[in-house]
Amino acid sequence: MTTVKLSYGRRSFLKTTALAGGGFMLGISWLAACKSGTKEAEAMLTMPKEWFDLTGFLKIGENGVVTIMSPNPEIGQNVKTSMPMIVAEELDCDWKNVIVEQAPLNTSIFTRQLAGGSESIKESWKALRTAGAAARQMLREAAAQAWQVPAEEITTAAGVLKHEKSGKSAGYGEMASAAAKIAVPKEVKMKDAKDFKIIGTPRKNVDGKKIVTGQPLFGLDYKREGMLIAMLVHPPAFGMKLKSVDSTAAKAMPGIVDIFNLNVYNQGYEKQWCDTEAFNEKIVVVGKSTWEVMQAKKALKLEWEPFPAYAENVQGWGGPQKVTIPGGLENTADHQKKMADLTAKPAQVLRKDGDPDAAFKSAAQVIERTYTAPFLAHNTMEPMNFFAHVTADKAELVGPIQTPEFVEKTLSARLGLPIEKIDIQMTRMGGGFGRRLYGHFVVEAAAISQKMNAPIKLVYTREDDMSAGVYRPAYHVTYRAALDANKNLIGFHIKGGGTSDSPIHANRFPAGAVDNYLAEEWRLDTNISTGAWRAPGSNFIAGAEQSFLDEVAEAAGKDPIEFRLALFEKAQKSPVGKDNDYDATRYAGVLKEIKEKSGWGNSQANVFRGVSAYFCHNSYVAQVVDMVVEGGKPIIQKVHCAVDCGILVNPIAATNLVEGGIVDGIGHALYSGMSFKDGTPEQTNFDKYRLIRHSEAPKAIDVHFVKSEVDPTGLGEPVNPPIIAALANAMYKATGKRVYNQPFAMGAAVLG
Amino acid sequence: MAIFNLNINGKKQQVDVDPTTPMLWVLRDHLDLVGTKYGCGVAQCGACTIHLGDVAMRSCQLPVSQVGEQPITTIEGLSEHGDHPVQKAWLEHDVAQCGYCQAGQIMNAAALLKSNPKPSDADIEGAMNGNICRCATYTRIKAAIKTAAG
Repeated sequence: MTTVKLSYGRRSFLKTTALAGGGFMLGISWLAACKSGTKEAEAMLTMPKEWFDLTGFLKIGENGVVTIMSPNPEIGQNVKTSMPMIVAEELDCDWKNVIVEQAPLNTSIFTRQLAGGSESIKESWKALRTAGAAARQMLREAAAQAWQVPAEEITTAAGVLKHEKSGKSAGYGEMASAAAKIAVPKEVKMKDAKDFKIIGTPRKNVDGKKIVTGQPLFGLDYKREGMLIAMLVHPPAFGMKLKSVDSTAAKAMPGIVDIFNLNVYNQGYEKQWCDTEAFNEKIVVVGKSTWEVMQAKKALKLEWEPFPAYAENVQGWGGPQKVTIPGGLENTADHQKKMADLTAKPAQVLRKDGDPDAAFKSAAQVIERTYTAPFLAHNTMEPMNFFAHVTADKAELVGPIQTPEFVEKTLSARLGLPIEKIDIQMTRMGGGFGRRLYGHFVVEAAAISQKMNAPIKLVYTREDDMSAGVYRPAYHVTYRAALDANKNLIGFHIKGGGTSDSPIHANRFPAGAVDNYLAEEWRLDTNISTGAWRAPGSNFIAGAEQSFLDEVAEAAGKDPIEFRLALFEKAQKSPVGKDNDYDATRYAGVLKEIKEKSGWGNSQANVFRGVSAYFCHNSYVAQVVDMVVEGGKPIIQKVHCAVDCGILVNPIAATNLVEGGIVDGIGHALYSGMSFKDGTPEQTNFDKYRLIRHSEAPKAIDVHFVKSEVDPTGLGEPVNPPIIAALANAMYKATGKRVYNQPFAMGAAVLG
Repeated sequence: MAIFNLNINGKKQQVDVDPTTPMLWVLRDHLDLVGTKYGCGVAQCGACTIHLGDVAMRSCQLPVSQVGEQPITTIEGLSEHGDHPVQKAWLEHDVAQCGYCQAGQIMNAAALLKSNPKPSDADIEGAMNGNICRCATYTRIKAAIKTAAG
């Protein structure tokens, strides 16, 4: 049992309010909470007549049904099930009696309502547990008063309060009304991990039934009486802006209500980090139906012109930054040449240990390899969209956004409304992958509604979505390793960068494990907008680093796992330098786990294996790819994966997320990329942008979670980066050729 | 604009729309059947899959004027209580991550099983290759189809 004092920053999120009768009714059964196939699964939960709010995180009905609010945006990482599970655990209720509701943005109750950095569970772990534990404590005190017994003697289990000595017991529902009037406890006791009954057990997606029956869940499904459809046209090329528009013909088309120019942000507005948008002036087409608006867009007569270079101030994560946006129409071939030139020159030194120059001069062997990767689009299956209804005194926004708290500030500035007049409701999202961190489309929807004085839903076509930017940057990195005459690794040098961004994390492995180490980075300015894409930076550098180490291990004549384990041993026993950004014991732990679980070393005829391990987003992951060659074609037979993400909250969802992350990583490494000609994206839909398909997925994936009592850490992102190298290393074993430039299977046909 | 009488999920429906309007937008904008999803609009992703008769079709490529009297089934009408074997298998395997593409995957899988009740792995891969899942739940989709096939 852990005792936690109830003080969370400056916010006091625990409030007690008794709600007046039945605020809402749910018309559907909630099957996902129950075991599939059981009688209970078919049963409908009966809604209570009255709800009693205990902490803002949950309310309990007089019949014992519990509603738990899921605070964070759901992008497919399954927090809408996993976060309420944590509350339910400490509340000690029966999961079968739980209903989950998506919370709106409400910073007075919830903290960090954001989907990003794989930190939803990590950052809210204590707050969610505290909320559940506080409510449980209030219920016990209510029972203690009713029964005139000490609260400490009252136990709970599965939503029932019990006092053993007197033989009294009551369901939570019976005490909910009284508990809502109890003062919030100053400190609460939380369970020991060994006593968890819900955390660590498989609980199915709370929206599962709605998903498989096609119920409205997503922003694009949202509808309001009198709602108009709005679409945008942005310049066809990065580096271009609007010169002229003739909308006469388009305006006369059926169903079209209005066509006008829109500035996404007002002149002089200082952007936040998440206001990234390459095209500030766009054409808006508003009409009665999606198809009619799509047709009118095509009838617009538009002229574009190049814009000159400019600079803007942006409030970045690390404070204000001046960002330079170059003019000109950029080409992929030029990016590659410029990046190679930057890597050939000295760059900004981020970290230097020992004497790398001397180590490389004295080396018996130097290995140098260069790795590259293209821009990537996020391609969430649900394109960008948002509902907005803005009136003179309030703004209602409904839709898919990963950063509601940030975009609320931007909206306030754009609309001229105070934050308290802005209401943001989050819908389930048809994918995030970082794209919906950048909320320009929310601002666009709101500004269009304000201008139209009507409820509108902004819809991006796939082409609008894929050509609008905020891409994963293109990257380029060169690694060098120095081996002495005894094949010991005595020097390591990494130098690289990317378009607008650098993927170099100077303090990550193998920093700390090599005596002479140098890390340098550069950045290439571009007018193609870039941003976070699932596991930013890591989604490239992990693949490069772990492919390179495979080659270095081979040159050193070592088994690739043993080679890495020896480096971790050095980092444990005699770490080099300071600020090494990893725990060498846990890092080695996942490698040892994968070695055992994959049967590494037991070679099978015609099975070619590659291994990789990486640490990012606070979790450790090791993977082994088993590849076979059939008819000259490499096929991924199996992927083995070991994960150390601390305490596992929901094994079935976590396993699903790991499987998806692996297939996603393989797909993008093999097939995907954005290229540009004269600033124009050469891929604007899935006919040219190649995503992995069913037949290309691994035939099997084995996922192993390292048992841990450490508080939970990230999962959505850390499984994605290392697979690039496990794949590349297996491809080398299967084909005899190393691959350095993503996508590895460039030229593979687009399927449809 | 023109009037079309449609047979959708066993119900007669009338819409007054431009004859070129794809069924995808007729369903979503005019009939409030939003389970059929927009993903690409060019028949590359399969999110908009419906049944025309027993055949899986990309509704983004099917103009309303070509439907005639052929019955249409959408995800909302696949089963009365959400208990089609494919839907049950999807829940059993907890397939969905974001869930956006799954209606299209389910409709395509249901059509596959109707024409081929015991598909091999290669049959499943071949039939499902046109349905993109950006969360990449492909291994679970395959397992669920096998469960549904019994």
